[in-house]
Amino acid sequence: MFLYAASGNAHKKAEVWRRNLRNDNILSAEWGNSRDTRRSRTNPRLRLRDVIAGKGQYVTENLLTINGLTKAYPGVVANDTVSFEIGVGEVHALLGENGAGKSTLVKMIYGLVKPDSGTMTLKGALFAPSEPRVARVAGVAMVFQHFSLFDALNVAENVALGMENPPKQGDLATRIRDVSETYGLPLDPYRMVGDLSAGERQRVEIIRCLLQDPKLLIMDEPTSVLTPQEVEILFATLRKLTSEGVAILYISHKLEEIRALCDHATILRLGKNVGTCIPRDTSAREMAEMMVGSAFEAPARAGRDLGEVALDVTGLSLNSPGEFGTALKNIHFTVQEGEILGIGGVAGNGQDELLGALSGELQSDAEAIKLKGEPIGRMGPTARREMGLLSAPEERLGHAAAPDMSLIENALLTGAQRENLMNRGFLKWADTRSFAKKIIEEFDVRTPGPDNAARSLSGGNLQKFVIGREVLQRPEVLVVNQPTWGVDAAAAASIRQALLDLAAGGTAVICISQDLDELMEISDRFCALNEGRLSDIRPAQGLSVDEIGLMMGGAHGMEVAHV
Amino acid sequence: MDLSSINPILLLASLMVAATPILIAALGELVVERAGVLNLGVEGMMITGAICGFAVAVETGSPMLGFLAAAAGGALLSCLFALLTQFALANQVASGLALTLFGLGLSSLMGQGYVGIKPPPTAKLDIPLLGDIPVLGPILFAHDVMVYVGLALVVAVWAFLKYTRGGLVLRAVGENHDAAHALGYKVVRVRVMAILFGGACAGLGGAYISLIRVPQWTEGMTAGAGWIALALVVFASWKAGRVLLGAYLFGGVTVLQLNLQAAGVDIPVEYLSMSPYLITILVLVIMSADRSRAPASLGRIFHASG
Repeated sequence: MFLYAASGNAHKKAEVWRRNLRNDNILSAEWGNSRDTRRSRTNPRLRLRDVIAGKGQYVTENLLTINGLTKAYPGVVANDTVSFEIGVGEVHALLGENGAGKSTLVKMIYGLVKPDSGTMTLKGALFAPSEPRVARVAGVAMVFQHFSLFDALNVAENVALGMENPPKQGDLATRIRDVSETYGLPLDPYRMVGDLSAGERQRVEIIRCLLQDPKLLIMDEPTSVLTPQEVEILFATLRKLTSEGVAILYISHKLEEIRALCDHATILRLGKNVGTCIPRDTSAREMAEMMVGSAFEAPARAGRDLGEVALDVTGLSLNSPGEFGTALKNIHFTVQEGEILGIGGVAGNGQDELLGALSGELQSDAEAIKLKGEPIGRMGPTARREMGLLSAPEERLGHAAAPDMSLIENALLTGAQRENLMNRGFLKWADTRSFAKKIIEEFDVRTPGPDNAARSLSGGNLQKFVIGREVLQRPEVLVVNQPTWGVDAAAAASIRQALLDLAAGGTAVICISQDLDELMEISDRFCALNEGRLSDIRPAQGLSVDEIGLMMGGAHGMEVAHV
Repeated sequence: MDLSSINPILLLASLMVAATPILIAALGELVVERAGVLNLGVEGMMITGAICGFAVAVETGSPMLGFLAAAAGGALLSCLFALLTQFALANQVASGLALTLFGLGLSSLMGQGYVGIKPPPTAKLDIPLLGDIPVLGPILFAHDVMVYVGLALVVAVWAFLKYTRGGLVLRAVGENHDAAHALGYKVVRVRVMAILFGGACAGLGGAYISLIRVPQWTEGMTAGAGWIALALVVFASWKAGRVLLGAYLFGGVTVLQLNLQAAGVDIPVEYLSMSPYLITILVLVIMSADRSRAPASLGRIFHASG
């Protein structure tokens, strides 16, 4: 069920409103009430919630009111008169596609970006943070998606950097231990952050925030690196926090999680607030459609016939070349033509090494990897590409694509052999350009043209280009790592569809991913990497979340929070 | 060959004097690099400090004012580097090399009237009691004040980086400037201050050469000391204590090989001359095998986005 924010395109609003009315029978019964409440200017959302949810819980206080925030960058309006409210003790989701303006909005709340116009009110007082420390003093804390930890510093130092008046190192270490025990997030204050797992790193960020007694906690994509069990523990911690009156602004692409956790959701599209909903009562698909602004096709699985074994991996063991890497230990699997094998697991359990071993960047025993019966373990990437084994690594900028080179040049980099773009060492630029154009057209890559640098593309568009570049070379075997990482729902759906279509055409696809919903959606068989070992391989259909979590190695020594 | 002409006490005492210029310059560069900035202009800032200090000391008759002027001169020159790299976002390697060339030229221009003049002597600290201790006294306690300033600076830089909030912020900026920015720290301000400190230290180190070690003014008299200081920072794994070790090792081998040359040891002079560089680098390479990493943002240009 929906209620509209004050701003936005009236026509679209009405359309979404009607669609959701149709979809929501409960709401139609209460329609009269909610319409009345909507008119009242005081706090329609909360009263509506009480009426509909019929809960005894009355939230009376607004913590943060955002009123008409606008921020424009050259050529793009990142936020266009966005207004909404966050109540005390509420989990409020912020939804939107990549580039919808979510991160600009939270940066304005956190004082990193100054709005062009509009106001914010925190606890009744005007709130205009000029820099993050002002926001922190006012009680706003933020857990970042990327780049806010320092690898070469220890946990206590990292925490101290996020605090206004940190106590001495010794006292701080004690407080870190206290807080981490209270909230079920065990952490050693003296360990180097560079040695921690992704889940542990996130605990550092959360504890850094908790030590400042925040009133509002902003979380940007907090679960993208966690196992299902770790997600449960995180949610228990968050629920404990909200019961203590902390409000949480929660950004995520994972709509099912938002349905499980959040009280309200505000949806942004192209910088505008296009609606508010109660996630519990709205389906994930409806939310996704609101984000995109139109219906989109969910990937469809066609029935497929499996062919010969395309890739056979036996006893693959490999030391990691990196300092913080994971060695692969005795990995066995086979993939048949037309099959999609999904490989799950938390980041840092050997995914990059497995991709490297399959693509040819890392070499192993010749017999460990066989492509159509032929041992290829000693071959480099170019030889493997010629034989039809293609790959698309996770890191888009710097690994899958050269950031400062044009899309044409990037198309050449992996397409040279199979697309026949070289002639005795000379490059065929005309053919390469048409190959790049073909990728851009067929995969709907939004860019002014193939001469643009890879760096200039948004993450989702570059990902479509990287995947499209391999798919169009008609691989025998395709290995992808995190094919839809950080990509919005519509683009992710089209990438998954491309993988399914490829498999339907007889290609064996290996999809390494940390997004379990994705793996369940497209893979035929599923297994997980845990500390460099591959679990048993099982048919994907019918696997429960608990079983998957156990295959991924459980909760990595975490305890469930005592709440 | 007459090894008996080498006096071990004098040798050790002159070791500290020989090491001080590169020690001070390297400590400054260490702070700069820990903040994530690679300033290859140390040589240029040193020689500029050398002439600034020399000129002011000669004109005023006070070596202390000379050292202050040297620090100011080095810092002023580093301002140029800060302007180029932090505000104009120019490439740090190219800017640093340009700074060295510019400093060498500028110093010869400034020093034209000072060739062949003797600077006012810098008093040695005659510490009562301590200075009278046999053997240790002349080695450790009978130097000019800058030797002790250099040692104090080692402790100060180490303690600042390890125990203070400012030092933590500086390391954070050098480690990951995007994260530091996201947490609200002023990356550019921290770096500019670090660059100024590095410039002042390089200037001091240069003035030590022209006022005490040599003491006179000749063009290009730093003769690569700035480059040694730069190398020292890297091989010392960005740790103040190891910079001290490296500087003293380098100073020690330098003094020793000069003594050996004078004593007429039967080793070609060329080998003796290269020995300080070889031995220092060798020792520090072995020591830096513990995989200490460079500051992760070292040399990367910071551009605040969004």
